[in-house]
Amino acid sequence: MTAFLLRRLLESLLVLFVMSFVVYGLIGLMPGDPIDLMITSDPNLTQQDVARLKALYGLDRPLLERYWNWLTAILGGDLGYSRLFARPVEAILLPRLANTLLLMGLAFAAAALIALPAAMLAARRPGGPADGAINLAAFAGISMPPFWLAILLIVLFAVTLGWLPAGGMGEGGLASTARHLALPVLALTLASVGGHLRYLRASLIEALRADYIRTARAKGLSESQVVWRHALRNALIPYVTILALDFGTLFSGALVTETIFGWLGMGKTIYDAILGNDYNLALVGLLLATATVLLANLLADLAYAWLDPRVSYR
Amino acid sequence: MSANRPLLAAEARLASAPGGSPSQAFLRRFRRHPLAVVSLLVLLLLAAASAAVPLVEQALGVTAEQIDLLARAAPPSAAHPLGTDELGRDLLLRLLHGGRVSLGVGLAAALVAASIGTGVGLVAGYLGRRVDALLMRLADSVIALPLLPLLIVLAAVDLTKLGVPAELAGSGQADLWRIVLLVALVGWTTTARLVRGTVLSLKAREYVRAAEALGAGPARILWRHILPNALSPVIVATTLSVGNVILIESVLSFLGFGIQPPLPSWGNMLTGAQETLWSAPMLAIWPGLAIFVTVIAANFLGDGLQDALDPRTDRR
Repeated sequence: MTAFLLRRLLESLLVLFVMSFVVYGLIGLMPGDPIDLMITSDPNLTQQDVARLKALYGLDRPLLERYWNWLTAILGGDLGYSRLFARPVEAILLPRLANTLLLMGLAFAAAALIALPAAMLAARRPGGPADGAINLAAFAGISMPPFWLAILLIVLFAVTLGWLPAGGMGEGGLASTARHLALPVLALTLASVGGHLRYLRASLIEALRADYIRTARAKGLSESQVVWRHALRNALIPYVTILALDFGTLFSGALVTETIFGWLGMGKTIYDAILGNDYNLALVGLLLATATVLLANLLADLAYAWLDPRVSYR
Repeated sequence: MSANRPLLAAEARLASAPGGSPSQAFLRRFRRHPLAVVSLLVLLLLAAASAAVPLVEQALGVTAEQIDLLARAAPPSAAHPLGTDELGRDLLLRLLHGGRVSLGVGLAAALVAASIGTGVGLVAGYLGRRVDALLMRLADSVIALPLLPLLIVLAAVDLTKLGVPAELAGSGQADLWRIVLLVALVGWTTTARLVRGTVLSLKAREYVRAAEALGAGPARILWRHILPNALSPVIVATTLSVGNVILIESVLSFLGFGIQPPLPSWGNMLTGAQETLWSAPMLAIWPGLAIFVTVIAANFLGDGLQDALDPRTDRR
């Protein structure tokens, strides 16, 4: 068990390391690096000035050497400055990571709470009318473009009804924050509930076909006991695993939602940083997001072991 | 001659089974999914309408690029069946042009992704061991990553810094191909897993063993013996990924990192509509509806094909 987790941890670190190199290389290929900006803002710069500036910032060194210098600085705790905000990167990213986790956590919980009873209803009679309707709704959910859904919610709740704000963070305080969170959470919930429904319905139907269900019924347990105590507990195992592995998709959905509603989370920060040529912020933000997603996958492995004692770890 | 008898008998039994030939059986099983049949018709209709856009332009007497600042966000009329957008351009024509781009990119990217996925799945499944472990860990890692921010970074890369000539990098063609490649780069994993699974079960079959015994190399076995029998999952995965690809393309275009205006795509039409949400909310309805209908049709079709291509579903 410990050896297994250790191996998965090493694998995650390896993926993070490879990602850091790839993204570092990509960031260098973006338009409008600092030198480009200095050239456009000062037409008197000569070729020699450009070369001198590049040498000053170390941009004339080979890619591998620059990457190595950057990596050692990062590991030494120096994440660098954000040009857009003129503040240390970690001072911007950490509060926004908290905002994203709040949005994602609420949407995840809401989607699970909707999916659970719906999937149980559907699995009770596969192919029946309730199952058909729920399956159709799940298909609609996974086929819905998330940004369109967000726009429709704004049209309905902000433009037409005027009940909720169309975006922003609010003025602080619980009531204001809740009002500003409502639409983003609803949008992200509806965008992810289709996937929840499909996974949970499939694993519940699978579980209800198992022999131990026939045994439970044969010994006279009530239907709710059979479903709750026997089928659901076993169906949760694949469901939890798949959902944790889907954390990256949820993060992508959060990026779209945050951008449209102006919710200051990680996704919106990375998006704004790339649009605003703030490449250090984009780089660190992307790596922090990757690390968060990989950590969620690790936790999924732990949850799997905790839920299913039969799993063997080589 | 007599050695052939049992085989002929088996064939006769197959032929007399309900539905006759495999293609007839496929059609019968496919027709059991009315949603899939309707979806196929909807997709064909959308493709035909997008292809016929020059004819529609002739009939209406306007082109999709024609700006009419006096008739901005106009309601539907005889001249503009769906009204006009925020610059007074005909919305129906813009939608159909956007359909060309979105459907074209979706199909192309799904095919490229399926080709990569099939290649990876064949090699991983057949060679097994280290190669298999490495390729599948790679697929797992790609699935686990937060793909959208990564795609945005990839889409923002300045092609001229990679040595692509400036005039080529700035053309609309480059945009289209870049988005096809980007989406394919992250979309191959599902096909790879499905194909690998199929190959694992196929490579133990007698006819593959026989081919190996006859001295056929891995390339020939994969191409002639395994691939034709693994086509069903490839077709299903490709159909399902068309919907996914169109979603990714539209999100990227909506965020400004995909198809660039003035070339319309369903995604970037919504970017414009978002800015006029308070004055003309209807502009946000049509492009999104087009994406939704296309994606759900592709998903229904893929689901129906999955059942229809699987002979085992006949025994139910």
